[in-house]
Amino acid sequence: MSGIPHDHYEPKGRFATWLHNRLPIVGLAYDTLMIPTPKNLNWWWIWGIVLAFTLVLQIVTGIILVMHYTPHVDLAFASVEHIMRDVNGGHMLRYIHQNGASLFFVAVYIHIFRGLYYGSYKSPREVTWIIGMLIYLAMMATGFLGYVLPWGQMSFWGATVITGLFGAIPFVGEAIQTWLLGGPAVDNASLNRFFSLHYLLPFVIVALVAVHIWAFHTTGNNNPTGVEVRRASKQEAEKDTLPFWPYFVIKDLFALALVLLVFFAIVGFMPNYLGHPDNYIEANPLSTPAHIVPEWYFLPFYAILRAFTADVWAVQLVSFVTGGIVDAKFFGVLAMFGAILVMALAPWLDTSKTRSGAYRPMFKFWFWLLAIDFMVLMWVGAQSTDEPYATISLIASAYWFAYFLVILPLLGWTEKSKTPPATIEEDFNHHYPEASGSAAE
Amino acid sequence: MIRKLTLTAITAMSLAFGGGAALAAGEGGHIDDYAFSFEGPFGTYDQQQLQRGLKVYTDACSACHGLRYVPLRTLADPGGPAYTEAEVRAFAAEYFEVFDEELDDYRPATPADHFPTVSGEGMGPDLSLMAKARAGFHGPYGLGINQLIKGIGGAEYITSYLLGYTGEEDEVAGQFLYENTAYSSGWVQMAPQLFEGLVEYDDGTPATEEQMAKDVAAFLMWTAEPKMMARKQAGIVAVTLLVLLTTLLYLANKKLWYPVKHGGKQARL
Repeated sequence: MSGIPHDHYEPKGRFATWLHNRLPIVGLAYDTLMIPTPKNLNWWWIWGIVLAFTLVLQIVTGIILVMHYTPHVDLAFASVEHIMRDVNGGHMLRYIHQNGASLFFVAVYIHIFRGLYYGSYKSPREVTWIIGMLIYLAMMATGFLGYVLPWGQMSFWGATVITGLFGAIPFVGEAIQTWLLGGPAVDNASLNRFFSLHYLLPFVIVALVAVHIWAFHTTGNNNPTGVEVRRASKQEAEKDTLPFWPYFVIKDLFALALVLLVFFAIVGFMPNYLGHPDNYIEANPLSTPAHIVPEWYFLPFYAILRAFTADVWAVQLVSFVTGGIVDAKFFGVLAMFGAILVMALAPWLDTSKTRSGAYRPMFKFWFWLLAIDFMVLMWVGAQSTDEPYATISLIASAYWFAYFLVILPLLGWTEKSKTPPATIEEDFNHHYPEASGSAAE
Repeated sequence: MIRKLTLTAITAMSLAFGGGAALAAGEGGHIDDYAFSFEGPFGTYDQQQLQRGLKVYTDACSACHGLRYVPLRTLADPGGPAYTEAEVRAFAAEYFEVFDEELDDYRPATPADHFPTVSGEGMGPDLSLMAKARAGFHGPYGLGINQLIKGIGGAEYITSYLLGYTGEEDEVAGQFLYENTAYSSGWVQMAPQLFEGLVEYDDGTPATEEQMAKDVAAFLMWTAEPKMMARKQAGIVAVTLLVLLTTLLYLANKKLWYPVKHGGKQARL
């Protein structure tokens, strides 16, 4: 493995040497834990640990919930009530798992926006970024599938609406939708396969996370300056970095404890705040809720899905060019997936030579506008489709695409960046003037 | 450092709550903000009120509404109406009958049975989870702050519904409808049920309409969330321990990084 030069594991003693020659697993753990990490990482870098913890939390609580849950249309809702009433600690497990999904998405959105601000996606970390996007997609799929399992009204109607998106694909859409659902509508076959996949996907995410970590352990972490760690020699690298253990482990654990403090306050005192009351009504295919709203973490992309109605000129143009094959509904679906695709392509759309947004005055403005745009989309996704919401969602959706497709490429040419510090050490010493007295240790 | 951390936390929370507040926004009828003992992080059920509410449910609601998910034995659970087991046994046998498949006949209920499931022509929806399936006051300005502090407000909805009748009646296609200000369309199928003195409370509380409405709403909050007291206690324990853990990790982190940030000098903590 290439990367930043540092001390590697040396087996001590006969057994350690014996094992190391056969399976260097201790060495792998050692090298992973002792990875040189830029010492100027700020508090935006803590969300990776929060995400790793949440993944484990969800898998552990989920596995126990499965022991008491029944994936059948007549029994699922009652089995969740059984968990809430009869299973020891069941109400806590269920509320932790339910709100854990929200924690997961809060963390992933901040993690992604941190990457966007500090240019973490740029060369040589494109692969880390792409794998991250795949993790995000898998998370969204898992979250959606999991929301169906309690078999409440929003579960059922959410599933109907979301699988309906696939029905919008020209020619083959209906066949794909039927294949996904295991029948013409959301029913027992759908619930069973959703349950199966909801159990499978988290383990796919575990594998993707391992590759994600492997990729950025190869390139090294990005950092707030965007300046690479000097790696000509071990001595030079040590001026820019500290080992992950104990410096960043303790720092991240502190941040994690603080995040969990808020999380457990929500679970303990207001566990239904982020949910929807309608999901405490058992699914009823004959009664459509007045207002079908997805979970909050889907709202920004749900807003983009709904923004492109038939009266938007871009939709009419595409519809005309494709001879009506791409109608407004399919255009909306393409826009929703396209919104994530353009984000995944950021490494190649961003033309700036400067990696970190901290040294890009114009970029900063557009970036924070994007962050606000994201919040606006989240808000408008929960509103009705009347005016003024329709126009707001259209403008906000348009900005999302404009940021990635127009602003990022153009800024690279027009913007005059400030000069980042020459080294990470210089940046660190600038923040902590006493540190230069005698270099670490 | 702390400033940036606070910024991160605020961003995280606004991400979470921004969406939630928007979601919680319902539509329709007029819901009043009634005060309940179980609102807020430290709110608890009022045992006397739950017992009164059970009486209202049994005498009035149970004719048309079941509580299919609620086992009768839980009436003796701590954090609920907390009757004795003997009282629950007597109550179950006196007031409810269940269909026993082995006997192929009805028999008096025992604590092991659930409250009956009521269904059929003219019967109302099951009430087990009604207090969580409805939202109350979601303001101010749709921000959901009231719900954040006091809970989603299903009990407020139920109280407002029971007291929301204007006295107006209408007949549509042979179906009587009653005007109710709490309901989104303004007209409901259930006739007003509560009138002064409908039940006689064991604890001597005057059975006014509002008293009965609030009592039964509190009781239905308990049937929907029977573990609320245990949950809030777990929340307080978790938050307390995490405050302690966070403090220790903060100090450990400060001490660990001190020599790095201050040129090899040791921290004085």
